[in-house]
Amino acid sequence: MAYSDKVLDHYTNPRNVGTLDKNSGEVGTGLVGAPECGDVMKLQIRVNPATNVIEEAKFKTFGCGSAIASSSLATEWVKGKTVDEALQIRNTDIVKELSLPPVKIHCSVLAEDAIRAAISDWKKKNG
Amino acid sequence: MASEVKLPIYMDNHATTRVDPRVIEAMLPYFGEIYGNAASRNHEFGWVAEQAVETAREQVAKLIGATAKEIVITSGATESNNLAIKGVAEMYREKGNHIITQMTEHKCVLDTCKRLEKHGYRVTYLAPQTDGLVNVKELEAAMTPETILVSIMAANNEVGVLQPIREIGKLCHERGIIFHSDIAQAIGKVPINVIDDNIDLASISAHKIYGPKGVGALYVRRRNPRVQLVAQMDGGGHERGMRSGTLNVPGIVGMGKACELAGEEMAVESKRLLALRESLRKQIFSELDEVFVNGSMEHRLPGSLNISFAYVEGESLLMGINDIAVSSGSACTSATLEPSYVLKALGAGDELAHSSIRFGLGRFNTQAEVDYVAKKIVDVVRKLRELSPLYEMHKEGIDLSKVKWQAETAAH
Repeated sequence: MAYSDKVLDHYTNPRNVGTLDKNSGEVGTGLVGAPECGDVMKLQIRVNPATNVIEEAKFKTFGCGSAIASSSLATEWVKGKTVDEALQIRNTDIVKELSLPPVKIHCSVLAEDAIRAAISDWKKKNG
Repeated sequence: MASEVKLPIYMDNHATTRVDPRVIEAMLPYFGEIYGNAASRNHEFGWVAEQAVETAREQVAKLIGATAKEIVITSGATESNNLAIKGVAEMYREKGNHIITQMTEHKCVLDTCKRLEKHGYRVTYLAPQTDGLVNVKELEAAMTPETILVSIMAANNEVGVLQPIREIGKLCHERGIIFHSDIAQAIGKVPINVIDDNIDLASISAHKIYGPKGVGALYVRRRNPRVQLVAQMDGGGHERGMRSGTLNVPGIVGMGKACELAGEEMAVESKRLLALRESLRKQIFSELDEVFVNGSMEHRLPGSLNISFAYVEGESLLMGINDIAVSSGSACTSATLEPSYVLKALGAGDELAHSSIRFGLGRFNTQAEVDYVAKKIVDVVRKLRELSPLYEMHKEGIDLSKVKWQAETAAH
């Protein structure tokens, strides 16, 4: 399996690895995937309540290099965006940026799901 | 230390081995000036080639306590296993139609048995115990008057466990059942003696013991009992009619030399490999939690180690250790790494989110390489666990098997 330079870069130097306090009202947590499918992503965002801007994003991923890269990239992209802007991120954008091959498209889908799940969790808390 | 090693490091000696330079040297003349056909009976060229083959046959026989006449040359253990099982099934069809083997045999044994099932044979596939060993009581219970053949490997290629072949062979002989063993992984690594171990048919590959690829042998017992086979390759009637085809003289010479070296060096080499393996195991286990050895530690090839790493995905692990040649069988289902049927049979597939690596140490591995590999594995597993939400959940005391996982919603 040949990986693109960008996937290798995110695998070697993953951005925003870590955990935010999931009990905080400003934090939304998304946990998607399943161990038996070989991928689990946890993506968390901390949203400024005054501006709805995502000020911080963290992830942890159990999965292949492309899954790690997709979620790492997702945290980079959501940071600084408002919640509504972040919902505009599409898995196809991730595929393009990381040059993912067809067998790895599900990794980008999972990353998009993780963003949505985190935002939905945050909205539930702040509904 | 790490700077001394040459990368990439080869630690996949169950897959194949590097040809020993002494073996290459022995083979070279047979690619050049000594080119006769060993079946040419009427001239010097043939006689010289035949003599070389006979010497090699004796070298192979000596390593397993057989006689030269009992060694049938083949292209490797896959062919030997096919010939042994199909040859016995066909020859003894009137005596019975039942074969006993186990779920963790090599594919070439399992698929041969599956083919025979389509032709009216009945096959029992024994499940291993959790340590990888066959349950001898279950094997005995499976024997019927219809049983003509038991096929159990001496050492497993994936997890390295040694089966109680001597005991199994004894049970077979008490009942007049033929005992075949795939000894490809065991030969030259642990002592095998076809008389003491009650083996009637044994499959060998030269390339597993620092010999060339494409050549192997089948030991076929000639006395007590005399085993007969129906040839599976029709032709000139070479190899006492059991395997037609012009002999690969250079390859056979190499196999003979490889067997001779293995016999001379086994005692010293197995001690050295055991020490290297234990060094590797201890370095990994002292640095990492949630790691497990697959298969019995007690009954194991000296150079073999199969370890599962919990909460780490297989492909990402391999990506991190791309300067080390090892073999991976993910115990969990992942998109790209199919679960290993051997690990599944051992029950290792029941655990979620493990990935496993088979380390195969060999003649040319060094302590410096072991140190490098251990450090690399520890570093990469640590890094991936730092990234792993599952490891984090495990540390928080969450039972992963009770989590309701939310699989991706969009279509793949």
